[in-house]
Amino acid sequence: MIIKQLSVFLENRTGRLTELTGILAENDINISAFSIADTADYGILRMIVGRPDAAADVLRKNGFAVRITDVVGMIVPHKPGGLHKALQIISDNGIAIDYMYAFASGDCKATVVIRADSLDRIIEVLQEHKLELLQAGDVYQL
Amino acid sequence: MIWNAHYECMGREELRNLQGERLQAMVEKVYFNVPFYRLKLQEKGIEPGDIRTIDDLQKLPFTTKQDLRDNYPFGLFAVPQQEIVRLHASSGTTGKSTVVGYTHNDILMWSEVVARSLTMAGVTKSDIIQVAYGYGLFTGGLGLHYGAEKIGASVIPISGGNTKKQLQLMEDFGSTAIACTPSYAAYLGEALAEEKIDRKNIRLKAGIFGAEPWTEEMRAQIERLLGLKAYDIYGLSEVIGPGVSMECQCQKGMHIFEDHFIPEIIDPETGDVLPYGELGELVFTTVTKEAMPLVRYRTRDLTRLHAETCQCGRTLVRMEKCVGRSDDMLIIRGVNVFPSQIESVLLEMSETKPHYLLVVDRENNLDTIEIQVEVEEQFFSDEVKDLEDLRRRIHANIASLLGLSASIRLVEPGTIERSMGKAQRVVDKRKLK
Repeated sequence: MIIKQLSVFLENRTGRLTELTGILAENDINISAFSIADTADYGILRMIVGRPDAAADVLRKNGFAVRITDVVGMIVPHKPGGLHKALQIISDNGIAIDYMYAFASGDCKATVVIRADSLDRIIEVLQEHKLELLQAGDVYQL
Repeated sequence: MIWNAHYECMGREELRNLQGERLQAMVEKVYFNVPFYRLKLQEKGIEPGDIRTIDDLQKLPFTTKQDLRDNYPFGLFAVPQQEIVRLHASSGTTGKSTVVGYTHNDILMWSEVVARSLTMAGVTKSDIIQVAYGYGLFTGGLGLHYGAEKIGASVIPISGGNTKKQLQLMEDFGSTAIACTPSYAAYLGEALAEEKIDRKNIRLKAGIFGAEPWTEEMRAQIERLLGLKAYDIYGLSEVIGPGVSMECQCQKGMHIFEDHFIPEIIDPETGDVLPYGELGELVFTTVTKEAMPLVRYRTRDLTRLHAETCQCGRTLVRMEKCVGRSDDMLIIRGVNVFPSQIESVLLEMSETKPHYLLVVDRENNLDTIEIQVEVEEQFFSDEVKDLEDLRRRIHANIASLLGLSASIRLVEPGTIERSMGKAQRVVDKRKLK
């Protein structure tokens, strides 16, 4: 249920992100989803990739600061109110979300990647409410 | 105008005799009162009786800033603590400052040399002087204050900062002289241009600026913005504070008050004394200071001395504006900064590597300092708030040690260039030469 996300520290330098995507392409690693948190001087790239451990290794070898973080992938209907309903459940249970990002998968569903301190609690309450969660096995092949 | 023509215009030979007498008395005093000096002289096999004239000065050992730190706080004092009436301190590495003490007579001597300095800038008892140097442990504020009072000028002890108030009092009180760092003078000048103050109400005629390096371009800019004549004053707290040397109206270098502070120029590598006119490290021996006399103190400032009599009539040696340092010390907004201090802060914080780069620049006449720090992968958090918190903590630790607000830039590990020899820790983009 817990998914491994790759986080990479990137300085704001032209071409830095391209260097990273080039390395992943050369090593045949697919990026399923990503987001960038940006500040004036640097950004944090967060991505869900196929073969996260291998991706982390190859990026480290190329001098990137990489961290693997646990996240949850929550699947919500791709329609009005779909995200709201899921978030309502999380907030009703008093769980704080650190950050999240989403991608639509084309089959009338959207996947929301969530990072929180209490990931186990999120999994528990979402399952109670019969919300679908992304399985680790699926996600890396998305 | 000359405040004390007897000493300031004394014949060189007469001055050398005076220096020799005072040196002899001073060496005897430190030999018997300061264990540190006694030991150092004994190591060189010197007894007080061996020092008879000024030519014997070269026999004496050097004193360094490290010696001051090693003897923190009062180890180099030559008088009992009861005789000390004032303590000042400057920033130093690893949190320890350099402490200096003054007896009542020292304060009188300091006031005397500052009075001479202010007189060189044309300040008299008819003037209103705004002392915009910081008051406190820093010697700038109180040093100028006492000297100006000795002259009988009206002193506005406004201290540094609070720019609006500075400009308001400058206008309302009709200040005719101002003393501060040159960068603050330029800043005040720019602020004055922005405020709706009628320039006719600004009566400044002289500015006494020092405590940090500055250029002739800055002098011209300050003079234009504030409508005054800008004078360079030099000093360091270890020797006395501001008033070690000062520019006269001729502005052909700063006259060193040699009856109190004996200058030498040495080769920083060999320690050999160099003749007048050659570039080297400035060394001072204080011959009248009671609380903390210094024997051949290495300032690390690089400059030249010129001994020809000045057009103003003073016979005192003139030193050129310092062209640099013989160590890696930086002076940023008047604060002494050693790269090793930054390193010690980073080493104490486990999140960062001791790989860093200081980028010093000057924007709008104010020094800026950026510290680039590599983020260790194991501590790299993927949350902005954690990284920003790290940045804030580095900023706060630097500020509390150095009293300096630096901008902190987190960079990727491995991106700061490694070098085999002495690491390149500093990029100084300020163009001061």
